[in-house]
Amino acid sequence: MPIVAALRQQLERLGANVTSHVWRLGFASRFLAYLVMHSGTALRRFHLTIAEIYFAGVLSLIVILVSGLFVGMVLALQGYDTLQRFGASESLGVLVALSLVRELGPVVAGLLFASRAGSAITAEIGLMKATEQLSAMEMMAVDPVARVVAPRFWGGVISMPLLAALFSAMGIFGGYLVGVQLIGVDAGAFWSQMQAAVDLRDDIVNGVIKSIVFGIAVTWIAVFEGYDAPPTAEGVSRATTRTVVTSSLAVLALDFVLTALMFTGGGHAQ
Amino acid sequence: MQQSPIVEIRNVSFGYDPARPVLRDIDLAIARGSVVGIMGQSGCGKTTLLRIIMGAYLPSGGTARVLGELTGKLDREGLYRMRRKTGMLFQFGALFTDLSVYDNVAFPLREHAELPDELLRDLVLLKLQAVGLRGAAHLMPAELSGGMARRVALARSIALDPQLILYDEPFTGLDPISFGVIVRLIRELNDSLGATSIIVTHDVQEALGVVDYVYFMAAGRVIAQGTPEEIRSSAEPFVNQFVNGKSEGPVPFHYAAPEYGADLELAAA
Repeated sequence: MPIVAALRQQLERLGANVTSHVWRLGFASRFLAYLVMHSGTALRRFHLTIAEIYFAGVLSLIVILVSGLFVGMVLALQGYDTLQRFGASESLGVLVALSLVRELGPVVAGLLFASRAGSAITAEIGLMKATEQLSAMEMMAVDPVARVVAPRFWGGVISMPLLAALFSAMGIFGGYLVGVQLIGVDAGAFWSQMQAAVDLRDDIVNGVIKSIVFGIAVTWIAVFEGYDAPPTAEGVSRATTRTVVTSSLAVLALDFVLTALMFTGGGHAQ
Repeated sequence: MQQSPIVEIRNVSFGYDPARPVLRDIDLAIARGSVVGIMGQSGCGKTTLLRIIMGAYLPSGGTARVLGELTGKLDREGLYRMRRKTGMLFQFGALFTDLSVYDNVAFPLREHAELPDELLRDLVLLKLQAVGLRGAAHLMPAELSGGMARRVALARSIALDPQLILYDEPFTGLDPISFGVIVRLIRELNDSLGATSIIVTHDVQEALGVVDYVYFMAAGRVIAQGTPEEIRSSAEPFVNQFVNGKSEGPVPFHYAAPEYGADLELAAA
């Protein structure tokens, strides 16, 4: 009998956990719907959103640009090592550009964005809640979701594709530095093969779509975690950690789903 | 003709968990133009009552009529319309830390009225002058003392010339000078704006010097009410213990615990 009771207790705990997660997901979805419907202020008074683009986007530039440069340089080194075995070292430009534009640009920029900007958004909103700034706004008849959350959400959604594009551009430059300047791959072949092989719709547009989706996912998680954080030091710290972990996993999982949808059927979408 | 009360609470009860109500059968009527204190121990439900008056919580039973409107019947727009006529001072000010003193006071004006910059500036300086901090307009909240932050928050809460001003523990953590300043401001602003003020506090001696009428709460109920003189001379044991700060009375010094000897396992010896 004690075994049955223990098993039942475990099952109950599992059930309670699942219910609570499903409930939270539903709450987060309703929050997103409410946020989108109350985005009028953020779009009408666009300077509020511009300020958030500065905090989430411009202040993330250093980490994005430096990371992009190194990722591109490593790609060129690794790619050259493999390609030259098949006598295809002139295709280095194609390898670097496609890897970055289709995959590494949106994904790595998304992960960096989650840890640099996402955590900051969660911490800021969580602390505003803990210090009653959001309640004060409510009492002043100002909707905190419209005034505080929506500008941060749209600021993040707009910043993310721009950061991913800059990451890819910097990565290609890094690949050029290592491949052409350091190793000595022909510059003409490097650029012309890249130009011929990279397709605007199938590669670049799909990469941009990915970065927009990641931007929405990361910023949604960040603003929700901040808004939902218990108003204590521990609550805000846990929410910040959850933002980084959840949004990083979301970026990787969404990347798989999007890649499966976009690049099936002979490598390119039909 | 006598004016109707600005806040009328009738038979209000409230609880997060129905088995453990935070408020029970609360009745109060607050006359226009008065400064009223809601006093009692921490955790007695007075801040919850304040939130019911602001419409942040809806009563589980009874009605709350504020500025002539039943809060339970108001939709979000109606609630916001009512809140535009009220100001609230939070315990620690709740200033927006990313905005300067000037921008904090300008915040409600910018949100609710499209004023030309020059008029906005004049209004903000007027409010800051009223709390004596016109010279601090350029400072950031992190540069202010606790008392100054409370005064800036007060200037912000009166920015829209409210009819009703609510104070949530306005005296907590203030030095004697800041305390004197806040007491003076509560009375001056109330009278000069023709407003009504409700002060929720446990700093009873200090508050009794500024209020016109007091509601005394314990365990979610109003247990006594009257003028400050009546409260000071109250024979109600809890009020007497609270007003005179006695360590023993209806509220015991010791939290409920098992027998001391049994806890130390002395009985066996």
